[in-house]
Amino acid sequence: MSGGTFVGMPAFPTAAREALGDTQLRSNLAHATRTIRDKRAAVVAEVEDWEDLRLAGAGVKEAALRDLATHLETLEASLVRAGATVHWARDAEEACAIVARLAHAHGVDEVVKVKSMATMEIGLNEALEAEGIAAWETDLAEMIVQLGDDLPSHILVPAIHRNRAEIREIFMRRMGDVGRPAPDDLTDEPVVLAAAARAHLREKFLRAKVAVSGANFAVADTGTLVVVESEGNGRMCLTLPDVLISVVGIEKVVATWSDLDPMLRLLPRSSTGERMNPYTSTWSGVTPGDGPQEVHVVLLDNGRTRALADDVGRQALRCIRCSACLNVCPVYERTGGHAYGSVYPGPIGAILNPLLRGVSDEQTASLPYASSLCGACFEVCPVRIDIPSVLVDQRAAVVDSHRGDRVPKAEAVAMKAAAWAFSDSRRLAWAEKASGLGGRVLRRFGRTTLPGGRAAAGRLPGPGAGWTGARDLPAPPEESFRAWWDRTDGGQNDRGTR
Amino acid sequence: MRVALQVTCVNDAMFPDTGKAVVRLLRRLGVDVDFPRAQTCCGQPMVNTGYLDEAVPVVRTFVDAFAGYDAIVTPSGSCAGSARHQHAIVAERSGDRALAAAVAETAPKTYELSEFLVDVLGVTDVGAYFPHRVTYHPTCHSLRMLGVGERPQRLLEAVRGITLVDLPEATECCGFGGTFALKNADTSVAMGADKARHVRDTGAEVLVAGDNSCLMHIGGMLSRQRAGVRVMHLAEILASTAESESHSSGPAVGERAGGPAT
Repeated sequence: MSGGTFVGMPAFPTAAREALGDTQLRSNLAHATRTIRDKRAAVVAEVEDWEDLRLAGAGVKEAALRDLATHLETLEASLVRAGATVHWARDAEEACAIVARLAHAHGVDEVVKVKSMATMEIGLNEALEAEGIAAWETDLAEMIVQLGDDLPSHILVPAIHRNRAEIREIFMRRMGDVGRPAPDDLTDEPVVLAAAARAHLREKFLRAKVAVSGANFAVADTGTLVVVESEGNGRMCLTLPDVLISVVGIEKVVATWSDLDPMLRLLPRSSTGERMNPYTSTWSGVTPGDGPQEVHVVLLDNGRTRALADDVGRQALRCIRCSACLNVCPVYERTGGHAYGSVYPGPIGAILNPLLRGVSDEQTASLPYASSLCGACFEVCPVRIDIPSVLVDQRAAVVDSHRGDRVPKAEAVAMKAAAWAFSDSRRLAWAEKASGLGGRVLRRFGRTTLPGGRAAAGRLPGPGAGWTGARDLPAPPEESFRAWWDRTDGGQNDRGTR
Repeated sequence: MRVALQVTCVNDAMFPDTGKAVVRLLRRLGVDVDFPRAQTCCGQPMVNTGYLDEAVPVVRTFVDAFAGYDAIVTPSGSCAGSARHQHAIVAERSGDRALAAAVAETAPKTYELSEFLVDVLGVTDVGAYFPHRVTYHPTCHSLRMLGVGERPQRLLEAVRGITLVDLPEATECCGFGGTFALKNADTSVAMGADKARHVRDTGAEVLVAGDNSCLMHIGGMLSRQRAGVRVMHLAEILASTAESESHSSGPAVGERAGGPAT
């Protein structure tokens, strides 16, 4: 079964325009993001030393990143000592090839999957399908996305854009094609839908020989991988099959077991809005007679070293994929995740994608601009990633990548002109005089009066139409502040305004 | 204390009444405010669009214009945030050490209006009179980048005659975002529509904020909807007195709709 693909997605403004017109999506997202947002706010408010905890979390990840090579080598040695096999993958292609080779070596044509962003990032399901191996998503929301031939639109809740009526319809239509069908009397009650998913998945858990997971954390000194999940479906995959393959981004490493302390306190409150995570699975290599007897760990770069080399952007590698930034983002709440064209949507996606991939393609280059820079994301980030600053820095990377263009963009010309005018107050005064004269004309022909009595300019052509399409614009005043100051000697002889 | 007004380019060219209000207000409070003529813009439009090289001469103009003042007061949370947090980034990019040193001087002396009134002058009752139903929108940069907190509300609460009503979902961004309003106009408008709805729900006659750029966006939507809500900068309400209210007739003649273009 093939899912959708983000390949060929248009740039953000175009994709967003379409999403904004999807009334069902708007309604689903507004409801869902508000619910998670409120839950998070309530449980975060309970923690008196939340700010200290954020600092501790950022500190743990920052320390690991500062000496990443050493920690990775320690992790590899610990994993090998515990009986795991370690593989290194430079990119998506290498990582997918490693997993496919291992699956083939065990002669399987299917694997069960724990919800994992890394495997979504590298397109593992599609790569395995091309090799004749079915990869079954077992996280409820990922399963909904997979059954619906859909794309994930949220990091934590990939099917956030779907409501329960749509989920019922997907279950009825697709479950029977790939395993146990949904019962005929399926309703859209959450408990009924969950029971159908449970019965459908149980078959796959009990049959699978190979499981694929990611990891939320990789502890270097003990060689322990950690998976944090809410359903227990992940634990089924991590314990039942004989072979376990985990694809782990190299930024997931933390130095010591005790480093998990702040992380496991920050993550559930930020992510699902729970005080404690329901299912936290940890495993260190192979335990004879208990759980998978063959354990593989694929350590994945896929652009992470590129991000690490970016002085401002490297902090994005602290991300623990909680999605708090998505849930508070006013842009994400309205456009949803698909508009970002990546498995990493929202504010974190707007910086992570360009950092991992560079900004040479138009779609990725549009992402740092998909923000009003309101700063709500930074406020909630459990590891204090200053997303607005990184967004601005990535915008500079986009602009810099075009500095050699033979034909500059209109925006670049406008910015250069503005910089020229703003570099000397006499030039600005001249421009204001011109705008005042223009305002005089606009007022004469203006047909709209703004509330309060000021005249509005008419509809503007060109890029200005982006403003006046939905918003009135005051006509420029006849006299600038600067001119008033000069005329009235700083307001000392202001006998009424002109 | 030598106090300079950084009026901001948007206010200079589009909203001169805000600048005049700051001058009136500060003089009333005994501050002899100066307007350094060499000032232009803080450089934020360039920085936030990614044009850091282009921002260098603009930041240089800023620090030259305001060198030597004890305090730089600006009626904009966004422009204060730019001076305090972004100028250093631009200076570093330029590689010009003298510029970096100059920025280190001006940045900490730059105050958003409500910060200057409450923290530097130590006043919350500025003697204003404004008998209208008003709701306040905390703009993102004043709220999150500067952390002005409750200062604007405290100033507004002390205004005589005012009816101050809470704005639902007040801390959510209005969707302006500088060039975001044009580059992602559809998303910007979607955000603005919700903000305008919340404003209308308050039944307020006036929406007040500390940034005219955000107000230009929300006010532009409210106007297009013929909502009957006007937008005003915080400075204009704080500058209002019983006297000015009694012969206040809205905008200056040269800005009025249908007015003679003399």
